Amino acid sequence: MTPRLFTGWEGLPLERLFGRARDLVENPHYPTVAAWRAQGGKVLGHFQVYFPEELAHAAGLLPVKIRGAATEGMEAESRFGSYLCSIIKTSLDVALSKGIELDLFVTHPICDAARNLGAIWGRNFPYKSQILYLPQNANSRHAPDYLTHEYRRLLADIEAIAGRKITDEALSAAIALYNESRALLRRLYVMRRATPWLLSGDECLILTGLAGFLPRAEWNAFVTTLIPRLESRPAKAQDKMRVVLEGGFCEVPPIDLLQTISRSCYVVDDDLNIGLRYLVDDVALAGDPLRNLADAYLEHSSYSPVQHDLRKPKEKMLLERIENARAEAAILVAAKMCEPGLDEQVAYTKALDEAKIPYFISEFEENQNSFDDLAIQLETFVENILFD
Amino acid sequence: MSASATAPTLDFGPRPELVGRGINEGARLFRDWFAELSRVAEAGQGAAYIFVVGSFMEILKAFDMPVSFPEMNALQTAIRRVSREYLAQAEDYGYSPDICGYVKADVALQLRGGAHPMGKVPKPSLAVLTNGCNTYIKWAEIWERLYEVPVVTIDIPGTRDFATKSQPGSADFAYEARYIQGQVEELIAVCEKVSGKKFDIDKFREVLANANALSTAWRRIIDLNVNRPAVYNAMTDGTVFLGMANAFRGTKEGVVYFDQLVEEMEYRIQHGIGVLNKTESGWSAVPQNFRLSIVGTPCYPIFRRFDDMFTKYGGVFVHSSYLWFGSGGTCAGYTYDLKNPLESFAAVQLQMSRDAMDSMFHQARLLETTAQPYGLDGVVFHPIKSCRTVSTGMADQRRHVAEKLGLSTLILESDFMDPQVISEAQMKNRADAFFEGLIARRHQSAA
Repeated sequence: MTPRLFTGWEGLPLERLFGRARDLVENPHYPTVAAWRAQGGKVLGHFQVYFPEELAHAAGLLPVKIRGAATEGMEAESRFGSYLCSIIKTSLDVALSKGIELDLFVTHPICDAARNLGAIWGRNFPYKSQILYLPQNANSRHAPDYLTHEYRRLLADIEAIAGRKITDEALSAAIALYNESRALLRRLYVMRRATPWLLSGDECLILTGLAGFLPRAEWNAFVTTLIPRLESRPAKAQDKMRVVLEGGFCEVPPIDLLQTISRSCYVVDDDLNIGLRYLVDDVALAGDPLRNLADAYLEHSSYSPVQHDLRKPKEKMLLERIENARAEAAILVAAKMCEPGLDEQVAYTKALDEAKIPYFISEFEENQNSFDDLAIQLETFVENILFD
Repeated sequence: MSASATAPTLDFGPRPELVGRGINEGARLFRDWFAELSRVAEAGQGAAYIFVVGSFMEILKAFDMPVSFPEMNALQTAIRRVSREYLAQAEDYGYSPDICGYVKADVALQLRGGAHPMGKVPKPSLAVLTNGCNTYIKWAEIWERLYEVPVVTIDIPGTRDFATKSQPGSADFAYEARYIQGQVEELIAVCEKVSGKKFDIDKFREVLANANALSTAWRRIIDLNVNRPAVYNAMTDGTVFLGMANAFRGTKEGVVYFDQLVEEMEYRIQHGIGVLNKTESGWSAVPQNFRLSIVGTPCYPIFRRFDDMFTKYGGVFVHSSYLWFGSGGTCAGYTYDLKNPLESFAAVQLQMSRDAMDSMFHQARLLETTAQPYGLDGVVFHPIKSCRTVSTGMADQRRHVAEKLGLSTLILESDFMDPQVISEAQMKNRADAFFEGLIARRHQSAA
């Protein structure tokens, strides 16, 4: 049994527990990952959005979601130009400043900037860096075979680092563990939709943030313990507007931004850290595990601006998310300089206009630390709707 | 008026009519190409919208489909100095100032019913794209929404890791090519539906044969510029060549054009005729003191003035990464096996698109092998606001080139569409300083 890496939360009141968890999520030095490495563990870092973490877990590697940090980005500054989102710069910065040390880095062609990271990382670190080409032609009947093969290719690289072959049994066990984890994530989101006063948007972001770097078995145990405590929380429903927040699929907004929104609204659903929740159903356990993972990605998955699938027009999916969450309005955010996010905002606003659903638009940045203007704008937005 | 008649001080040898033919013919053919697009639009017909990285032109030409390159349409608005008007219209519609200018110019073009400074662009009847650039995907989604046209997105598994890139003959390469072939067969089915024609494999072979001839000649053009003096400016002249390579790929006109271009360049080498500038009074020879590579795109809103920052010091772009990614890797010279057209088409598409992508993400590594034969003195990196694909890795690549290859480098940040983002005076200052360094370096090595 691997020793727990996140400790000291047991018995704490919920507010202090969330404070402790937040400190960990916001720490650019990833102390739990460092502790894992100190125990001789190896680490696979994968950039946003979706990555089949089961492959790393089955090999005994710790999969870590590389998702930037609120750093100054000084180490990475000379490696980038001006017109770039923050997460690309700070992700590299965290690695260059040894906030996190990896054995393998995998990025994805989710956007034009992120696909460059593979080559940049490769020039700056001695370990292997590569791109996982998840299908953008999800509608091709050849996509499942391709993706299965792609996972097999990636698995060979992981095996080389682990120094051992990964059996189908180990993969299926990893899938089962992650199925449990996905079920827990779904429970958290059900709670937010049904009783948002029990779990706020910022608290949920902290919990999903932890899932990005804690060993998943540990995270499952932690959240399993936490859920009953949240359910019995002595919180009362308030007269707040229900909103869906959309646009944080890659770069994660500051937790303070979620707190600011939560003061005037219940954020009842969002796309934050959507990669962790991308597979929306349990992945099949019988048969070829890699094929099962590929099928789940293509056939039983959520949506984001960075996956093209003719069956999932993003604006239609957003309207469904709003309807399912019984939300009254949407908050459309985009990370500064995030091209796919900014592109999508146009389609979202046109669809929301047509559906007569009010929305609020904003941009954010990891390093943002002033939210006063946002708070005032949001209050005005909410008042306009309430008194309309 | 012949070139020799307008430039009496230059000796163009016994066949002066060859000199400058590539540029003149390129301009004429491109005007014709736009005129044909306008005719299609005026007739109320649609065109297949395609992109330079993985155009799949050969498939579309086998169906005789008119094609439109939205990237070329967009850059023409910048060259003709109206891009800001187009960008402003798209921004008013809701698009951010921080996204690709090409996309915004096209949005405005669509909102204007196809009105373009070179004619009229037809609406899309079909869109074919690859993942060679992620913005292609977002861009095509706009047409999906505006017109509900069929959109075929073809995955090209690019280089995962430069050191372990799959090679022809390997199992990995075979499965990647098979995936592309499967998608191409699906594209053919869509084309049959859109065009109402059956796919004709023999016609496809003819188109492939034309593409082979073009690719072979195009590669020859790339290689000829290792000559001293360089025979063309890889940024300015090269942009004309790659436009031709894209628009006329698979056609007889394309074959003739590139064969003649090779003839011209070989003639110029034979007669020592280097890079020329076309001026109002005729051709003038460009002094060649420093051999440079440009990594990135031209600066279209100030196309000539950008080049002047270098030519005034005798800096000549003998090599350009744009010729590789801007032509979708067709300049690499890969040819199709006409006995196995579909299988070979898929494998070559994989190689070409991958080369195109590598020329953006791994240009620093590629320069390790190209710097010496081209005799490079320096490398100019030109990251632009509009394009993260091309620009994100440039500052890091510059470090690599300077540290590992010891080459002088310059980085100039601007845009290829939006004149408001271009700080010309600042760029000139930086270019001046770059050449001061190059000159000092040359003096030191001579001492």
